Amino acid sequence: MSETPLPGFFTRFLLAWAAYFRTLFDAQFAAGVIRLREGKPALPEETKKDEPKKNAKKLDEPKAEEPKVEPKKKEVVLREAGPDAALQLLALLQREGRFVDFLEEDVASFSDAQIGAAARVVHDGCRKAIREHLPLEPVRSEDEGSKVKIEKGFDASKVRLTGNVTGEAPFTGTLAHRGWKVKEVKLPKMTEGHDATIVAPAEVEV
Amino acid sequence: MAASYAIGIDLGTTHSALAYVDLDLSEGDAVALHVKDIGQHVGVGQIEDKKLLPSFLYLPHAAELTPGALALPWAAESSEGAFTVGELARQLGAKTPMRLVSSAKSWLGHGGVDRRAPILPPKAMHDEGDVARISPLEASTRYLSHLRQAWDHAHPEAPLAEQDVVITVPASFDPGARELTSEAARLAGLEHAVLLEEPQAALYAWVQRSEGGWRKQVKVGDVILVVDLGGGTSDMSLIAVTEEGGNLTLSRVAVGDHILLGGDNMDLALAAFVQKKLEGSPSEGGGGHKLDAWQIGALVHACRGAKETLLAEGGPSAAPIVVPTRGSKLVGGSLRTELTQKEIADLLVEGFFPVVASSDRPVSRPRTGLRAIGLPYAQDAGITRHLAAFLGKQIDATEDLAGFTKSAGTFLHPTAVLFNGGVLKADPLARRVLEVLNQWLEADGAPKARLLEGADLDLAVARGAAYYAYVRRGKGVRIRGGTAKSYYVGIESSMPAVPGMEPPLHALCIAPFGMEEGTSAAPAPQELGLVVGEHVSFRFFESATRRDDQPGAVVDRIDALEELPSIEATLPVEPSAGHRDGDIVPVRLQAAVTELGTLRLEAIGQKPSERWKIELDVRR
Repeated sequence: MSETPLPGFFTRFLLAWAAYFRTLFDAQFAAGVIRLREGKPALPEETKKDEPKKNAKKLDEPKAEEPKVEPKKKEVVLREAGPDAALQLLALLQREGRFVDFLEEDVASFSDAQIGAAARVVHDGCRKAIREHLPLEPVRSEDEGSKVKIEKGFDASKVRLTGNVTGEAPFTGTLAHRGWKVKEVKLPKMTEGHDATIVAPAEVEV
Repeated sequence: MAASYAIGIDLGTTHSALAYVDLDLSEGDAVALHVKDIGQHVGVGQIEDKKLLPSFLYLPHAAELTPGALALPWAAESSEGAFTVGELARQLGAKTPMRLVSSAKSWLGHGGVDRRAPILPPKAMHDEGDVARISPLEASTRYLSHLRQAWDHAHPEAPLAEQDVVITVPASFDPGARELTSEAARLAGLEHAVLLEEPQAALYAWVQRSEGGWRKQVKVGDVILVVDLGGGTSDMSLIAVTEEGGNLTLSRVAVGDHILLGGDNMDLALAAFVQKKLEGSPSEGGGGHKLDAWQIGALVHACRGAKETLLAEGGPSAAPIVVPTRGSKLVGGSLRTELTQKEIADLLVEGFFPVVASSDRPVSRPRTGLRAIGLPYAQDAGITRHLAAFLGKQIDATEDLAGFTKSAGTFLHPTAVLFNGGVLKADPLARRVLEVLNQWLEADGAPKARLLEGADLDLAVARGAAYYAYVRRGKGVRIRGGTAKSYYVGIESSMPAVPGMEPPLHALCIAPFGMEEGTSAAPAPQELGLVVGEHVSFRFFESATRRDDQPGAVVDRIDALEELPSIEATLPVEPSAGHRDGDIVPVRLQAAVTELGTLRLEAIGQKPSERWKIELDVRR
């Protein structure tokens, strides 16, 4: 087929893994991936000659991972989230706060007091897990219900305008929800061969 | 290679931590001090960096975990004798205690057992025993190795072995336990690690945090009482503020006894109380439930949380305690009860910090004959009584210092208090200690002691140790102290044999009080005869109050001293010196304190080649 042999599954797995995190945390790299998926060279023309070759090669590699790229067709690129981080978070919430146990139990027959008691375990544990691994802060620091003014050029991903949305910025309105923003993602690293789909192993007391 | 970092390691009973000073970025009182996050397993196959490394070690069964699950970034899993240290060890151990090594440090400080023998985890009654047990020394070595490897992984350019490392020990550790800690460091590849007492480390952390301001907060004549209540041990020290050449200096004048009593005891006390509530018969208001071992573990955890909520400033009047079931039916199987402010005040504040008189002393019951071999836990939970005993015993501690007058009262009067340890994060408990102390002071007609605002109570020891590693390079105030005990060996007096009467034992002082690091005492002038080629063991004693005994001083009544595990000398047969098996060689005993802070005893003969080390820690 091509001059260089195609990478084997293991190589692809490692590559996908490395590319996943780099895409998540390295905006430059992510931009390169997007350009690749659009069928363009990984590096924008103007910087290509300045960049060391090694780097360019690295950016070329994810191509093997995405064989379905159809060149020269403008299409909307959707990002796909890797399953591992989500599974890890679920395992964390289960370990610290019995989250899956709580959701999977049929609560219809229990009194609110019983559900409330169990909810404390879930609340305490999940809150600890979230605060430790995905510390959050409100997007807006004002009190909910207070008047806020949204200046021109605001970031629409951070502030959603609702209701009577007409006219030009600045907009004034009431803060209905402060919003949440994850300050930092600190998920544990995983050893090779760890099966993340096992959110909680069965336990057998011998 | 010159060190680039000054490192402090808090090798704790329940948690360990590592702090460091970046030497290039530090000058005088402006110190770049940080706490290092330690990579560890937090779940099976999951690795994360955390500020504290729980001092737990788990020895899994060969079939228990998938192969490779215990690999760390710096080490593949070993093919045999796999183990894990840290958070995962604690989690797994909660469900399988027979494979969990915990409180290794308390075992290291326990003179009643062979600390080099594989005795951990302690054997249960009906245990078949396929657990590859390890010694307390080995456990401490593995904790230190883990810290070293985690550091080396993050700083390959500056390996820990090449940095200036300080490791903390309880002030109450005896010379044998200090020697073993130093040996564990050596085995972990930290050849030159220096030892520092934990209460001193806490004070160093306070000095460092004040960035030079401490000189305004204390004055000559102050006596600072450091109370360190950790997870497993209580440690107390007295540090006097003196003057030398116009500069304030700090002198550690006394240390307390080894008390195995800490925050874990409090959580257990609460859990036992709540367990009674849940298990009591419903007719008497109890829950009528039966808790299994796992649920009791979960209950201790829930009680710890409730304790923190209830003891926080402005906390609620009651906190719910929910014990989840172990199975997946969380809502149907969870048990709920409450713990109130009043209950926690009765149990913890009155139980562990009772209001007592300064003349009260801890109660010690005679031990019953049949006791499982375990740790020598404190028998009296009243921490205030232990404090009263310490201050009463140390009434003369500052007598010899310039600028101090002999205490007129019934106990030594501290003028300032520094708290350390997780337990004292709870304000009501810290307040109670101070209140009780001030009541005693008032009764003695002395001014009240003031509270020195401390640093982070969990990490102060590691931070203080790192700061000490920094000031050891000659860049700041150092606490003077030297040994806080004088040491003696027991010698039998020669007298005609009388049937049924043991010859009376005297104690010969070999190491005086206050020996500084890197100094030797004069040899005791008395000559003792040692038999070549045989083990000779001595009874070994210490005193925390006899400050004036010099080497050679003889104490007639050994009950004035505390007995330590015995020490031993073996004189090999040296043909070059003309020795034959069974010869008796006259020797004198000499003590030195090494640069690393451990005690070294030697038997020296008349010829220069005749020097034999006396082992402080004897295999039994």
